[in-house]
Amino acid sequence: MSTHVVGPWRAALIAVENHWTWYRRNWRATVISNFLQPVLFLLAMGVGFGSQVREGAATGGHPYLVYLAPALLVITAVQNAVFESTWVVFSAFKWQRTYLAVVSTPVTPAQVLYGQLLWIALRLAAGITVFLAIAFALGAITSPWAVLAVPFATLAGMAFSAPVVAFAATREKPDAFNAIFRFLVMPMTLFTGGFFPLSQLPGWLHPLAWLTPVWHGIELARGATFGTLGVLPALGHVAYLSALVALGVVLGRRYFRRRLAV
Amino acid sequence: MSDPAANVTNVTPTLVHAKGLTKHFGSFEAVRGIDVEVSKGEAFGFLGPNGAGKSSTMRMVSCVSPRTGGELRVLGMDPETDGPKIRARIGVVPQQDNLDTELTVRQNLQVYGRYFGLSRSAVRAKATELMEFAQLTERADAEVEPLSGGMKRRLTIARSLVNDPDLLLLDEPTTGLDPQARHLLWDRLFRLKQSGVTLIITTHYMDEAEQLCDRLVVMDGGRIAAEGSPSELIRRYSTKEVLELRFPPGEQSGDEVRDLAERVEVLPDRVLLYTADGDAALAAVHARGVRPVSSLVRRSTLEDVFLRLTGRTLVD
Repeated sequence: MSTHVVGPWRAALIAVENHWTWYRRNWRATVISNFLQPVLFLLAMGVGFGSQVREGAATGGHPYLVYLAPALLVITAVQNAVFESTWVVFSAFKWQRTYLAVVSTPVTPAQVLYGQLLWIALRLAAGITVFLAIAFALGAITSPWAVLAVPFATLAGMAFSAPVVAFAATREKPDAFNAIFRFLVMPMTLFTGGFFPLSQLPGWLHPLAWLTPVWHGIELARGATFGTLGVLPALGHVAYLSALVALGVVLGRRYFRRRLAV
Repeated sequence: MSDPAANVTNVTPTLVHAKGLTKHFGSFEAVRGIDVEVSKGEAFGFLGPNGAGKSSTMRMVSCVSPRTGGELRVLGMDPETDGPKIRARIGVVPQQDNLDTELTVRQNLQVYGRYFGLSRSAVRAKATELMEFAQLTERADAEVEPLSGGMKRRLTIARSLVNDPDLLLLDEPTTGLDPQARHLLWDRLFRLKQSGVTLIITTHYMDEAEQLCDRLVVMDGGRIAAEGSPSELIRRYSTKEVLELRFPPGEQSGDEVRDLAERVEVLPDRVLLYTADGDAALAAVHARGVRPVSSLVRRSTLEDVFLRLTGRTLVD
């Protein structure tokens, strides 16, 4: 038996494997928020409320349920990311202190961060894929291009998750996390063009929406699904979302190190 | 590479070398320039009260906390540049358990072992072996959360051995445990010591230090106050025996017996007379007509050494 220092990617993969060990034991608790809740949303807004909405220019000529589904994938990704990026990270620092155990091994604080982010990304991608399948079964997906919404929604989710993980690493108390949900995630869910076009909002709100990862994610996911996405806008959205991920990684590395190597 | 410790590769048996080691947190100086050498096969202790700088020192030696100043070599390497390499070969038992309480005993060991680059089959075998050692086999597939404090502590120690470390660092290994659990832990640590594992232990229990440590330093206020084996320290800083006298509250001053011993310490609840012959001192106390509520003759301990060095007791 020989121990050795694992490389950064290997360390992140081992972290993912170890998160998976946890998940296999504890997945039941995550089912309601990860899968049931978005499906209820799709039923209530898409099937129920949507039946009262006429197809037209605002819905791109699609039934409301079909119009809504790609956006809901993005919204689901961001909503699922909230808990994983706040409470889970905070607990690993403060309550369970599992991060403190990991940095006693050859793994470094930055690698702990990479492992956590990779795990969140996989969780998001898996959740969105399952949701896509359910949406398909409910008749909400009519274009095969909707599979492209999975990577786009995951990217949007991570553009939100990475900076929030960095923020969570600075917290001594968990009291800001509910505020993130109420004052960031809820408005991002409702007013970024998912349920109705952004043009319905007063013009001064548009730039605010453009700042959110959800708007960029919805533009990508919906555009890809309906074949209305231009190459240049697509590159722009992907670049913006990637920049948010990068910002989160840079800040996260700094804060993880500050917290774990004192 | 002028530092001889930096060149060690299996030549010198020095596992930890610290010189003028300091650690500051903002303006607070937790460790104020300590010199420490720990050799292979030794059980070395840091004895001192809470806040003496023991844990800060341990965290620097564990390569999780960067030093503020001074020299530090662990296994011949510099933690600042070779942290991961050093951590691959040491075992760390932190002051507070940080097990994953939502996993089983077995999973905690396997998951941790994987971070050392061990294969899945290697960690499976190792986990079985370590659960045997820590007497946790019966709880192998039980979740950690409901386990007793002693069991969790044993699991943390088992986990620290997953990489067959050359050096094991234990920060307050038995604090907060009941006497039975402590003795079980001491037994396990003693076995490790017998099998040649180098141990570094911090504690504020003098009995723990006496039981486990070949050599120790007494730390107080971030500095080392004395160094030696437990018996050396007792010989150097205390007398062979101690006579303890208890008086009704408020009636003890120590003045009436001050000349009956080499040294007298007046504590809030008792008077300690340091002397080579406790029974003779007690007879002299009685002959003088002093009537304590109770008396006790005992041999000197590290507690007395600490009292002598710092003027304070170890556990308040």
